[in-house]
Amino acid sequence: MSSWHAAQVVRTEPLAASARVLTLAVPGFAGALAGQHVDVRLTAPDGYQAVRSYSLARVGRDEVVELAVDEVRGGEVSPYLVHEARPGDRMEVRGPLGGYFVWRPHDGGAVQLVAGGSGIVPLAAMARARAAAPTSDAPFRLLAAVRTPADAFFAKELDSTEGLTTTWLYSREAPPASTRPPGRLTLDDVTAHAFAPDVGARVYVCGPTGFVEAAAALLVDAGHDAARIRTERFGGV
Amino acid sequence: MDPAPLDGNSLAGPLAGLFATDVTLVTGRCAHCGDVSVLAACVVYRHPMGAVARCRACTAVLLVVVEHPAGTRVGMPGLAWWQGPAGSTRTGAVGD
Repeated sequence: MSSWHAAQVVRTEPLAASARVLTLAVPGFAGALAGQHVDVRLTAPDGYQAVRSYSLARVGRDEVVELAVDEVRGGEVSPYLVHEARPGDRMEVRGPLGGYFVWRPHDGGAVQLVAGGSGIVPLAAMARARAAAPTSDAPFRLLAAVRTPADAFFAKELDSTEGLTTTWLYSREAPPASTRPPGRLTLDDVTAHAFAPDVGARVYVCGPTGFVEAAAALLVDAGHDAARIRTERFGGV
Repeated sequence: MDPAPLDGNSLAGPLAGLFATDVTLVTGRCAHCGDVSVLAACVVYRHPMGAVARCRACTAVLLVVVEHPAGTRVGMPGLAWWQGPAGSTRTGAVGD
């Protein structure tokens, strides 16, 4: 679990204007849980190495790592992964990692997912794991904050995943049919679309630091038990 | 510009070779302000030299992790104590 595995890109697919899905073949990689991440290490010809953490977008297949990477402008690693990496490229992967921000099919009970931007990736993995687990009837809700409709990762899939109710909230530009003016996540959004606090849902919040802190505070303001809220912040680059 | 901070979840990889348990589930007490939280919830700044984990409440440095080819070094200047997750207690006699 702690050692580096050799990895090779086998497929790339566009996901949004500045994001794409990378599928890596990683012999020896096994047993990933939804919500976990991997560390990716790139080595330049001169020996310079860069390591970044990326959430798994899908779990369930050993020896395969599926990432959804959003470009961070001026970053060192993500522009390469989004624009340049191609099948056959080699890198190293360490993982699966993390036991805190994880959903297991036998956990049971309602689950509230709250995503900011590309923070939706590990939450999509949880929704996919729930859909793939025939025994799980846990109701899932997803509040997904994105800048514009073009930034909504996996929108078609997440709008039609069985057992999952998805609400998209746009901060900069909303679709014409939307009645909610574009803007940041508010307490009204949380009370209108998230599970009520008395449902006792497990809550997973993922996104940039500022979003995670604001969303977690709103959830507590709405009456959710802070002890049931798990967070993951990412910095990108 | 420094990259945006991460959180303690990102220390799972760097510390995986040192501890038998998943370190992100370990609970720690800040020696400076007394805040108690799981490591996953601390604020982590990654630098080329290593990772600096700060208290989510008072920003004191809890932990510094440097990954080096000779081995991973961990400094814990700001932790009063660490407690493993439930189930991490070893029972049984020495030598079993």
